[in-house]
Amino acid sequence: MADTLRHAWTIARKDLLLEFRTRTAVLSAVVFTALVLTVFNFGRDPTAVATIDLAPSILWVTFSFAAILALNRAFQLELENDALEALLVSPISRTSLYLGKLVANLMFVAVVECVALPLFVLFFDVPVWRALAPLVAVIALATVGFVAVGTLFSAMVIRTRFAELMLPVLLLPFFIPPLTGAVQATARLLDGRPLSEAAGWLRLLAGYDVAFLVLATLLFPHTVDE
Amino acid sequence: MLRADGLRHAFGHVIALDDISFSLAPGRTLVIFGPNGAGKTTLLKVLAGLIRPQAGRAAVAGGRRAIGWIGHQSHLYAHLTVAENLVFWAALYDVPAGRRRARAAEVMRRLAIADQADRRVWALSRGLAQRAAIARALMHDPQVLLLDEPFTGLDLAAAAEVRALLTQLRGAGRVVVLATHNVDEGAELATDVAFQRRGRFVHFAPRGAHESAEIAEAYRRAVGAGAAGGAGGTTGG
Repeated sequence: MADTLRHAWTIARKDLLLEFRTRTAVLSAVVFTALVLTVFNFGRDPTAVATIDLAPSILWVTFSFAAILALNRAFQLELENDALEALLVSPISRTSLYLGKLVANLMFVAVVECVALPLFVLFFDVPVWRALAPLVAVIALATVGFVAVGTLFSAMVIRTRFAELMLPVLLLPFFIPPLTGAVQATARLLDGRPLSEAAGWLRLLAGYDVAFLVLATLLFPHTVDE
Repeated sequence: MLRADGLRHAFGHVIALDDISFSLAPGRTLVIFGPNGAGKTTLLKVLAGLIRPQAGRAAVAGGRRAIGWIGHQSHLYAHLTVAENLVFWAALYDVPAGRRRARAAEVMRRLAIADQADRRVWALSRGLAQRAAIARALMHDPQVLLLDEPFTGLDLAAAAEVRALLTQLRGAGRVVVLATHNVDEGAELATDVAFQRRGRFVHFAPRGAHESAEIAEAYRRAVGAGAAGGAGGTTGG
């Protein structure tokens, strides 16, 4: 187990260093996020639907599309010079590879969310601060679920043609449960209701995380082996 | 050290491996010659554990940890430096943290790329990148080296240096399996020679005292004329 975690961290650290050098995934996801929020801001009629009713959906649609952009990159960089082949020959377990990618992807998406949340507050003027801690918990729980599934699918599609197109097509149906939970919990929190009203949705998110972390870890070796 | 028993594999109707069997003892170098599409890469991938054969079994003493792999590409990250790449791969092979930089320096020196240590891989020429790829495969001092067209992109001097290095490794008891379509390169390295055609070994034998030119002639006869031969063999114990 110690070897698995050590190898996973080695892979995650390498991915983070590569991202720091190129800034491809994070920068494009951050720009994309800003653009989506801008489009939503100017594309709605504030007199027809109250901002507070619309905001949770906008936040989570933005987060999930930005996550897909970052996830697309996860295995793409292993195809450059076919590093993936050497990773599969190396003595590390497939689980290490999955966990390493998962950790790196979580960090990418967290950075994007850290930029997106203040922009969201700026554009939509929603009262985030009074429920910040529980909102961060909702974001963390939903993000783990998104990224657990996304990392698996990103490995699955990487050797297919049109991988960048395939990923959202396969992934979005699996995003529906955590997306629903996250939107419902966020709506309650932004509305100033007590945390207990969102508890059921938080349990759904936690259950989804556990189920898909276990499933993805078990299925991942079958997606990368020829 | 390395053993293949009755390996068979096909991609649809295309037969890539057809009853391949052989074993190699420490200090042996098998050079597999064959035209494009003969199944050489598939054989190396099966030996490396990248492809599970549809029949038969391949085993390397020491498992994946004992294998040094050089495929068609460099397997290096373009935006890392050569040294960073080598240290990364050493970490995956559990080379002790305190030894990784020294080992990288040693391997780069052997491949005459020490002055490239701090250059990013994308900035290297094809030949330098190929040397860095070989350095990567040697970082964990593997017992078995599997090389697929390792001389691609190397100039004559660099190819000669790599041949000298492989000869040294053979002398140190390493097993080397090298696949190439070019019969003019690699023959002098061989202790054992195989000719592969349509997935089959149409010839497998110790090189003996045969000169490279004789091997080239035998290859042209065997593969060009589709000569039949033994489907496998055992050499060097």
